[in-house]
This record gives sequence, structure tokens and C-alpha cells, in this order.
Amino acid sequence: MKNNTLGRAFLLLVIAGAVGYGIGLGIDFAIRGELKLTASVPSAFALLFGFTAFFFGLYGYRGITRGLVFQVAGTVIGAVLVTGIRALMGLESVGAFLFTEPAWVFGALVGVISFFFGVGVMTDWVKWARGIDTPDHHEDEPGWQKYFGVSLDHKVIGIQYTVTALFLLAVGGTFALIFRTELAASGLDFLTLNLDVFNQNGPQLYNTLMSLHGMIMIVSILLGISGIMNYVVPLLVGAHDMAFPRMNAFAFWVAVPASVLLLLALILGGFDTGWTGYPPLSSRAPLGVQMFFLGVFTAGWSSILGALNVIATVVRMRAKGMTAMRMPILVWASVATSIIALTATQLIGLSFQLVMFQRLFGMGFFDPGKGGNPVLFQHLFWFYSHPAVYVFVLPGLGVISELLPVFVRKPLFGYRWVAMSSLGIALVGFVVWAHHMFTSGMNEYLRVPFMYSTMLVAVPTGVKFFSWVATIWGGKIETPTPMLFVLGSIVVFLLGGVTGPPNAMVALDLHLHDTYWVVGHFHDTIFGGFVFPFFAAIYYWFPKATGRKMNEFWGKVHFWLMTPSFFALTLGMMFIGLRGMRRRIVDYDPALGFDGAHLFLTVCAFLIAISILIFFINFFRSIKHGEPATGNAWNSRSPEWQVPSPMPAHNYEVPFEVVGEPYDYGLPGSKFVEFAAKTAGKH
Amino acid sequence: MRHFIIVGISTIIASVLLYMGLSAAHLMPVAASAQAVPIDWMWNLILIVMSFFFSLIVVPIGYSLIVFRRRRGETGDGAHFEGNTTLELFWTAIPLLIVVSFSVIGARNLAQTLARNPQAPVIKVTGLQWSWRFEYPADPATGLVVVSDQLHIPVGEQVLLRMTSSDVIHSFWVPEFRVKQDLVPGRFTELTITPTEVGSYKVRCAELCGTKHYSMENPVIIQSQEDYDTWLAGELEKAKLAASSPEGFGQLLVQQNGCTACHSLTGGTIVGPTWLGLFGSQVELSDGSAVTADDAFISESITNPQAKIVKGFESVQMVQYTFTPDELAAIVAYIKTIK
Repeated sequence: MKNNTLGRAFLLLVIAGAVGYGIGLGIDFAIRGELKLTASVPSAFALLFGFTAFFFGLYGYRGITRGLVFQVAGTVIGAVLVTGIRALMGLESVGAFLFTEPAWVFGALVGVISFFFGVGVMTDWVKWARGIDTPDHHEDEPGWQKYFGVSLDHKVIGIQYTVTALFLLAVGGTFALIFRTELAASGLDFLTLNLDVFNQNGPQLYNTLMSLHGMIMIVSILLGISGIMNYVVPLLVGAHDMAFPRMNAFAFWVAVPASVLLLLALILGGFDTGWTGYPPLSSRAPLGVQMFFLGVFTAGWSSILGALNVIATVVRMRAKGMTAMRMPILVWASVATSIIALTATQLIGLSFQLVMFQRLFGMGFFDPGKGGNPVLFQHLFWFYSHPAVYVFVLPGLGVISELLPVFVRKPLFGYRWVAMSSLGIALVGFVVWAHHMFTSGMNEYLRVPFMYSTMLVAVPTGVKFFSWVATIWGGKIETPTPMLFVLGSIVVFLLGGVTGPPNAMVALDLHLHDTYWVVGHFHDTIFGGFVFPFFAAIYYWFPKATGRKMNEFWGKVHFWLMTPSFFALTLGMMFIGLRGMRRRIVDYDPALGFDGAHLFLTVCAFLIAISILIFFINFFRSIKHGEPATGNAWNSRSPEWQVPSPMPAHNYEVPFEVVGEPYDYGLPGSKFVEFAAKTAGKH
Repeated sequence: MRHFIIVGISTIIASVLLYMGLSAAHLMPVAASAQAVPIDWMWNLILIVMSFFFSLIVVPIGYSLIVFRRRRGETGDGAHFEGNTTLELFWTAIPLLIVVSFSVIGARNLAQTLARNPQAPVIKVTGLQWSWRFEYPADPATGLVVVSDQLHIPVGEQVLLRMTSSDVIHSFWVPEFRVKQDLVPGRFTELTITPTEVGSYKVRCAELCGTKHYSMENPVIIQSQEDYDTWLAGELEKAKLAASSPEGFGQLLVQQNGCTACHSLTGGTIVGPTWLGLFGSQVELSDGSAVTADDAFISESITNPQAKIVKGFESVQMVQYTFTPDELAAIVAYIKTIK
């Protein structure tokens, strides 16, 4: 990417942002009758205009730019349509955020659909519907441009997913830093009650940022695992692409308008419900909650369609000789995670949709005044949202199992047990949801079977840990950056693992529930099960995608800065949680004596942020300036490393056949795959 | 074999040290209820298990990283062994046994925590954005009911909290009592507590309930039976007195409903507009019009808060309250006195 292109894009971002802000300010002034710089409408315009112009500067009026233009136009058209109908019906037609809530919701929905047409992900399907043939493959343009438009290549889509995930990771992390700073001392320090930003006072803004931190990170994780699975799974099974390349592209592009909606939720009044969105709180929350619901609903499609594609690819497109028990272990993990994502995601979409309808049409699903039941929502919500954490961690655990043998130069201990434990976790994960509800007022005795099923998760998880230890034992251990992150994953996930059973014991959970103990516990599971393995995967497969290695020195700095800070952060969280620190509060009673601890946690959070910044610089710099690594960078047996890097456009020029076990390191003369002899005239 | 012995001994030493360190750190707050006893017992048991399993994984990995690291100039791979079914069965079966026994122990532990005396007096608890309201058993002589924003319980007496919410979900939690229970609108949930230590604590709402969730904390006073009786008699006296004048009755209602959690009596904004000098003043509304704060306006603002929204408070949603006309008039009478 040329520097002047990037410079031009940023310049356009600033100019268009300012123009959008000005227009928004004008409209807001017309409604409000006074000039208010921190109102919602100007910033919403600035965000949409700025983003669109940035991509225009980078890429011109096509691909993502066109998608965003269509989304903005669609939103406005949809909202104006509803506003017109409301005006004709004599209903209120102007709201605090320019449009009324129904107009915004319908507009946002039209905007999302318009985005698909704008970005071009529907083009082939529309052509087919009209009886026009399209080529099977679309050749991508060379260079970086292909990442900003629709590509059908799973490797391009994998990188699109990964970079979007990293972007959202940065956004969600920034939100965390903002509220972590507020928490550094007791008292309302800068998020005060007099603050008025985006129609929210300080505590309301805190609640919005805290809620969005949760959901943006979740979407980031879902995109991150899709990134790994999309890039790696077809390479590991020897496929030339995913089973449904167009659906694959669609699944990625769904996530972009969804992310826009999530960011709009912050600006359009925010919401104070946490990522869980429990009614009745969410049925009374400001407009932002609708954008949040719709954003999550939309992002859910990405997860469902992506999962379907992974399963179909693994079932139908494996190389010759790759029996189920010879699949690389990450493939097993991807299938397990996809089974959950395919069958459970609907429930979160549904539960949020019910609250949307409750707000829009006055339906009473969860409204006790109309015979509804607020606890029902929690059951529907957690039926997805608990298995979802296994969606997040299973691919990460797969990455650990996949990379360990490479760096200890020994076979994966108990391959079958590790493979089956992924399925075990996935299946048991479906029957544990109510352990989030031990204090909810659900049937007292029903809590006991959920305690049993929850404890059961420890068994397959234990199998993984013991197998990893046995894999490491007696190896020839090397510790380049990816391996450091793998080892970090194991220990951090272990900490998350051993702090889990206390929450499963009902009586003890009555104390632990909704405290910082839980916050510390789940950050351990998510960092150990996703964030550390995700970084390991990026450091490990970066040469495969770019032909260059990321800088080892800065990789190690990243690791050694992040890991101790993270341990300190979560242990500190658990400590104050046990002593009475509640979750989701903007301020805490100074009498509890937590000021010092919170200051310490804030410092840790900033150290983690610095380490991630180092990672980002290393990542983008290494694309051009990294040490060349076109061969088998890690001396792996895996098929993707037997061909030169970066990976050719259609993967393997000649197909391979599986002739041995995937992880037979240390067995002289053994091979996992063998490439067919290149025959003349055949491609 | 030497490796296994070293690691085995180190694991045991590490588990013991870790457990001793964790229990010396006194991680839990003071235990001030009978319910805290089984819960802290369980916590201690869990600490042992956590210490052991953490050491069981970390010590062998740490040891391997030192002993089995690739040394400078060393080439070649590690020993080739692919697995051991007996070992896998072993480390599936043993954790399964532990899990099953913990499930049994956990169920009994829960039963101990929930143990209930059917004769225990009932205190009605209402959670509202953002305060707590406690309704004590009716005075047998006069039939008067004491309602307070403080929870007073005589030490050693088991009480049953019968709880509901007037708006969104809240959760009753006093960290020193350990147990926690959500308050759900439209239904009653119950929580048994038996305070065992005299002192003053705070009930802290543990379920996110909106803007001022963080400050939804009310005093919980555990006192001797005599002190409790004195307090209750005083409150009854206040209730009797209040019932005699409208202003006094209004003040009592305001206190009981936690109005001042949002409306300041001394000027300045907490969440809603202040009541200082409110009566008779000109109030600017969000639609630009102005209105005089008279009886009708204040009454309407209490029973239908969204009807007229004061300028600058568009983003705040007050709960709709239901009062009898007498109660409403008393509250307005009280607000008149705040000048």
C-alpha cells in the first residue's frame, strides 16, 4: 500500500467527518433549536461520512465504499419511508435522534440489506436468478486492493476476517481503557452526572461502553475464529476453497454492516443493559439498544453461515486418504465449534428479536404486566450464550493442540482423546446454560442438575490439559514467539479452568455471581482459549500468508509484556470480587478499600494495551519488511507448509494424498502427506 | 523415572504451598451469617482442589521447559510416543469420580445454605431504581406497618426475605452474608438469612439495573434484640406521628420509596430535578413550553412521569408510581416545605 494512498484516505476521513458533523449539527439545530456539540446526530453523520470517505480514498467507489454508501442511503430511505407513513397516520414522526425508534430500526434493517447489494456480494446470485452464468472462480486483483472488495478466495476472506477482528479488538479495548480509567479511583471522576455526550450522562456512558466492550469483543472473537478457520481449514484438508465460496464471502460481509450498527448504538443514545440485554431493563433502555440488538442479530448470520460452510468443507472436500482420525486436530476443533455455532446462534438472535418486537409493537413476551416472564429471556439468551463461550475457545484449544507437536517435536499425545474431547465439550456445553441463572429466581431444585452438568465439562477439558502435558513431556522444546503464546494459552486457560468449578457449586456461586470474581474468571478463559491462541496462530501462519515472518524480538516483547500484566489484572479482579466488588458499576464504595487495587488494575490494563500496540506495529510493518520466509518456516509436517509461501491463489497446484499420521514427529522416514507427481498438461 | 519422582514431589510441595498461601490471604470478607458457614467451608474445599490441579499441570510443564528444552546446537526430534490408553482412561475416570463426589457434596452444601425455619418472620423487600424498601411485620397491637429504607435484623434471628421489584431486575447481596438472590418484577423470590455478627453492613444491588446501579446500596444493621426493639418502637412512633400531619406523612412516603436517591433536597442534580424551591417555580419543559410547578403538575409528574418532561432530563426515565390521592397530596405537601 502506497503511503500517499493511505495519507489521502486519512485526509478524506477528516474532511468528510467534519462535513458530516456540520450537516448533522445543522439538522440537530433545526430540531432542537439550540447548538449542542455533543449531541448524537452530528457524530452519527461524522462516523458514517468519515468511514465511507476513508475507504473511498483507499479504494475508490467500489467494494466496501459502495457498500457503506448503500448502507447509509438505505438507512435514510427506510427511515424516511417509516417517518412518512407515521406522519400520514398522525403518529409522532420526529424523535430525539432525528428519526423515531421504529423509523431507525426499519431504516437500519434496509441499510444492512442495501449494504450487501452495494458491496457486490449478491451480484452472482442475482445473475443466476436472471439466468446469466458466471465463472466458477473470479480472479482477484493483485496486491492489497483485493481485501477491500468481494473476493471468493477463502484465504482472502480469512485475512479480511482476521483484520476486521483485530480492528474490533482495538475498538473494544479502547472502550475498556476508557472505563478502566474511570475506575482507577472511587468517585465519579470524569464520567460525571453532569456529562452530556450522545444524550448520556457519565454513568450512562459508562454502562454503554461497558456493554459494548462485551459485545464488540464477542463479535471480534467470532470473526477471529472465522479468520483462522477460513484461512487454515481448507489448507489443512487439501481443498482448493471452501465448499460454498459465495456464501463464505456473504458471511464475512454481513459482519461489516453489523459492526457499523454496534458503533451506532454508542452514538444513538447508548444502552445500559450490559451485553446480556436482560428485559425489563432492555425494554426501557434508550434507542441504542435497538441498534445493538439489530447489530448482534445481523452478526449472527455470519456465524451460522460460516459454520455451515466449515462443516460442509470438512465433510465433503478432504484430500484422498484423510480419514476422520487422520485429520489435523484443528479441523476437529473447527467442526466441534461449528456444530455449536450452527445450532445455537439462532437463540440469541431470537431472544433479542423478541425484545425488539416487545419495544416496537408492544408485545409482552417478557413483560410481567402482560403475562410475560422476564426469566424466560434469560433461558433463551443463555441457551446460546453459554455454548458460545465454547465456540470462542474450541478453535483456540485446537490451535494449541495443532502447534504444540511442531514446537516440541513429538506426536500429539492421545490424538483420538483430544479430538473427542472437543466434541465432548461441545455437546455437554448445550446442557449447562442455567448455571448463569443460579440467583435468577428459577426453580430452586433445578439448579442441582445444572450444577452436575456444569461440573462434567471439567472432564473433557481435563483430558486436553493432561494430553498437552504429556505431549510436552520428553520433547525437544523450542520457544519461538508462536510457541510462547501457546504456552501462555495453556497456563492462562488453566487459571480460567480451575476458577470455573467454584462458580458451578450453587451455594458458592450465590456469593460469586455478578462479582469481579466472575469478570476475572471469564477473562482468563477467553484470553487463554482465544486471545493467546489467536496471537499464536497469527505469528505462526503469518509467513504462509505473506511470505515473511513477523519480527521475533518484538513478538517476544509483546508476549512478555502482555502475559504478566494479564495475570496481575485477572488475579486482582478475582481478589476484589471475592471481597465484595460488584460487576458493571461505574463507582464503588470507598469504604470497601478498593482504590489501590483498582489503580493497579488500570495500570495493568494499559500495559496490555501497549503490548497490543506493539503487536499491531509489528504486524503491519512485517507485511513489507519482515524477514523473508517462503519455505517451511517452522519445519512442520502439515501440508500447507510443504508448498511455497505465500500460498498460491488456488492452493495446491497438485493434490496431495495422506499417507501417514499428522503428528509423527520423531518417527524417521514418516510423512503425513505426499504430493502426486506433476503430470504434464494437467493443472 | 527420576524425572517422574522429581515432578511428583514438586507438584505435591507446590500444591501445599499454594493452598497455604491462598488460605493465609483471607480472600473472603468477614462471615456474618449462618449461611456463610457452609459456603466458606465449600470455598476452602475448592481451594484445595484448585491448588492441586493448578500445580498438577503447571509444575510438569515448567519442569519440561527447563529439562526438555532444545539445547544449543541440538538437532533431531523428541521421543516418539503417540499416547497411552490406560493413562487416558485414568485421567478421565479420576476427574469423573471427583466431579461426581463434588456434585453430591455440592447438593448437600446447597441444602445446608437454604435450611429454613418455617416460623421465621417475613420481611418484604422491594427493589426499585435505585433504592431498597423494607416492610416489617405488622405491629400486633396497632396493626401499623413499619416501612424503611434500612434493613434491621436482630442478631441470631433467622428472617425470610420475600422480595420483588417494582421496575427491573435487581439482586440482593450483602457480601458478608454471602448469599444472593435476584428480585424479579411480577413475582416473589425468597432468601433466608440468619445474621450472626452485630455490625452495620450494606446491601448492594448485584444485577445491573440502569444508570445508578452503582449506588443502589442501603444500610443493613444487625443489632441486639434490645436495640432492634428500641429501633422498631421508634419507627412505629414516627409512623404514628407522621400519620397525623400530611407533611410528616409525605416525608415518610418519600423516605420509604427512596425518592431522594434521584431528587436532591439541597439543590443540584443527582439524576432527576432537585426539589429545592420546586413548588411554585416556573419549569421549562423539553418541548420548549413552560409550566408552573403546582399541585397538579407535581402529582402528574409522580404518577405519569413521561407526560411532561423537564428540559435536560430527556434521557432519564422515572418509574411510574401508584399512590392513593391522600398519599399524593401528602407528598406534594411535603415538597412544598422544601424551600
